[in-house]
Amino acid sequence: MGNYTHKQTGPSPTASGFSADTPSEGLFSAYRNGHFFCELTNAGAPLDPRIDLLRQRLNALPLDDLRARAAQAEQELYNLGITFTVYSDRDAIDRILPFDLVPRILTQPEWRHVEAGVKQRVKALNMFLWDIYHDQNVLKDGIIPRELVVGNANFCNAMMGLDVPGGTYIHIDGTDLVRDETGRFLVLEDNGRTPSGVSYVIENRHTTLRVMPDIASGIDLMPVDEYGMRLQDALSQVAPEGVDNPQVVLLSPGIYNSAYFEHVFLAREMGVPLVEGRDLVTENDRVYMRTTAGLRPVHSIYRRLNDDFLDPEAFDSSSMLGVPGLVRAYRKGNVTIANAIGTGVADDKAVYAYMPRIIQYYLSEEPILSNVETHICAEPEGLAYTLANLDKLVVKPVGESGGYGLLIGPHATKEELSDFSRKLKDDPANYISQPVVQLSVCPTLCETGLENRHVDLRPFAVTGKDTWVLPGGLSRVALKRGSLVVNSSQGGGSKDTWVLAS
Amino acid sequence: MGTGIMTITVDPIATLPPQPLLSRYAECSMWLARYMERIENLARIIDITETFVRSGATEGWKAIIQINADDERFFKAHHQDSAEQVISFYVIERDNPTSIAGLAHAARENARSLRPIISVEMWAQLNVFTNFIRDLKAGDIRPGEISTLCAKIKEECQTHTGITEGTLYRDQVSVFYNIGRFLERADQITRLIDIKYHTLLPSEAGVGSEVDISQWSALLRSAAGYHAYRRVMAGDIRPSSVIGFLLKSAAFPRSLATNLRLVHNGLTQLRRDYRLLASSNILERVEHLSAVLESQTAAQIIVNGLHEFCDWIQSELQKVQNEIAQAFWPTEPVVAKSIWPMAPLEPLPAFTSQTQSQS
Repeated sequence: MGNYTHKQTGPSPTASGFSADTPSEGLFSAYRNGHFFCELTNAGAPLDPRIDLLRQRLNALPLDDLRARAAQAEQELYNLGITFTVYSDRDAIDRILPFDLVPRILTQPEWRHVEAGVKQRVKALNMFLWDIYHDQNVLKDGIIPRELVVGNANFCNAMMGLDVPGGTYIHIDGTDLVRDETGRFLVLEDNGRTPSGVSYVIENRHTTLRVMPDIASGIDLMPVDEYGMRLQDALSQVAPEGVDNPQVVLLSPGIYNSAYFEHVFLAREMGVPLVEGRDLVTENDRVYMRTTAGLRPVHSIYRRLNDDFLDPEAFDSSSMLGVPGLVRAYRKGNVTIANAIGTGVADDKAVYAYMPRIIQYYLSEEPILSNVETHICAEPEGLAYTLANLDKLVVKPVGESGGYGLLIGPHATKEELSDFSRKLKDDPANYISQPVVQLSVCPTLCETGLENRHVDLRPFAVTGKDTWVLPGGLSRVALKRGSLVVNSSQGGGSKDTWVLAS
Repeated sequence: MGTGIMTITVDPIATLPPQPLLSRYAECSMWLARYMERIENLARIIDITETFVRSGATEGWKAIIQINADDERFFKAHHQDSAEQVISFYVIERDNPTSIAGLAHAARENARSLRPIISVEMWAQLNVFTNFIRDLKAGDIRPGEISTLCAKIKEECQTHTGITEGTLYRDQVSVFYNIGRFLERADQITRLIDIKYHTLLPSEAGVGSEVDISQWSALLRSAAGYHAYRRVMAGDIRPSSVIGFLLKSAAFPRSLATNLRLVHNGLTQLRRDYRLLASSNILERVEHLSAVLESQTAAQIIVNGLHEFCDWIQSELQKVQNEIAQAFWPTEPVVAKSIWPMAPLEPLPAFTSQTQSQS
């Protein structure tokens, strides 16, 4: 499998390891970004005066002051119960997603580049999904191996021939981006099922403005508050035709789900009921919710439930979370489900490798955002390359998410490497590999003061009839020194992401 | 602006028909109210028992177990009904669903379900409070300190009540919340009376004695009714007068009569403002209960059996709860075609208003 990276237009950052003017005293005097691209001090030359201002303000803060504010933020988030469940930590039902109060900043040109790239990607993904669930031209033309698509565990036969409103399958998309040592944005993966984390984007902004009003003052930022309104709009736009005043609901697995806080947050921001499967019933292939006045019709469902759990009649019959008959109502066109069923096939890590070709095929455009170079182990060439270079590569199982079961070659012991190569040979089709990207870093409050920690970026795109991208996105930060794993389920934290206005 | 055209606009908020309420939200808000009220009352009961025991009622701690009918579960986990064991059982033992820790957990779960519709202030206080309860250890509940702890718990519950009053949006959900709170208060006042009955029983000779009078005063204090009682009843501290005050006063916020009336108000609101006609039958049961209470004096109730009366009230209130559940969150949903489509709801009369504005 070849390398599909393309030339991209974007900022041309400086490549030097040190910022030109490291202050001799203050918080930043001991800060070094090493050979990584730094989001704050090295965002392109010359440094935007607003970024410089922010850095000066931060630099002037005594460390104790910064720590006191961090503690205040932490206490507030704890009191508000902004929680995140870690699956591996059974005892802790509620845990806050650690928040680092040094913001990550994007300039307008950087943001416009990311925004255009995300929109292009979402458009191509939706066209791809329509195609594979209708005529399958992309398969007939040999752009992507048929088996990879129709043999994919997430491919859903029940979606064949179903005309989803507006041709939109992925209403809510999260694109995971990283930046390499030159500052170039690269797509790490697409999340077209139920991407989470957007609530933290908005809560983080509120927290930043509460605990650091003096640091942020006078710096004009693009707002993040309209997300709920945009989402509610989009879901109304794609409701079944002929419904005047569509009833939108958010379907959650319930209070024990790891992202329950986010479900609450979004339901509130959208002003729609947060329902569980048991709150919905179907009758004559229509969906209703149970209210104190009896059953009321439901037209648009933003579900935060995986495909398998949606409808025990259609999928996993043992699941109690879903709604019996929902898929029948969906196929009749009486209800819209967002995201559509069967979108997982598009965010699969194996399909990801073909994304540059998919974009080219449907849009006749070069990808605005490049992929990370990817080797598909299902192909002999890719497997051979991966086995030969295991200690230099990141190997990921396909169809998984959350950073579980992956190997980071350079950090692995000899034993882990040989264990993993056995696993690879046993089931090569289950893996892809990529070179280790030297993720960009951001100054982060650590035990000794500000240190560099790796970050990624997940912008969120909302698509009804058109696509809108929330300015910024979720910046996740790997809090452990040197760690490249930013997933919240693996102990990562988050930062407020600023997009400078104009 | 400046066009000089006068228009009459109608405030869109005022003309919106009431929103439908998910059955689950109604259920959760009712139980949130009940659990919070129950925690407050349990704190009151533990506090007064401690007072009784200090003033010589040796069987005091046993009485709590009796009024909650927890004998079997208690003695499964504990060998004796000492102060330490009973307090532990009712304050920190999470395995015991009738403990403050168990109730706080249940309140929290209901509040979590309600988070989309309750205020951030309401949730934040509840979150902090329930975390505090969850973290209580054996060292925090020594008999010498239990009174202080009970005072704090009471205060936190009242803070919850106040925040709720000040921030919970006044639609159906708040009506269900209030019905839950008043039902629980009605139930709890009978339990508070019962604890005096159980504590007193072994020493019937002491009626009217100094100890007895101080116990009745303590009972009134624990229901936050001592001064009000003094104000209206002056020096009369006969058992029948105290019982009469706690059961029948129309002005005392924790009396049975007051809370039956408020439950009735809530059910009427559901029927009148939200057209939930299913509350009609339940209203009748509450009216019957009130009638029974009004038809006899406290002295008659005592002669006929105070304990039996309290038991009967508790079981009737349980029926009210069950009927509400059956009407508004039935296990099997009512079939769609029989009730939908229904006529659109009229706006609340109290909210209809026109505002004039000049542009």
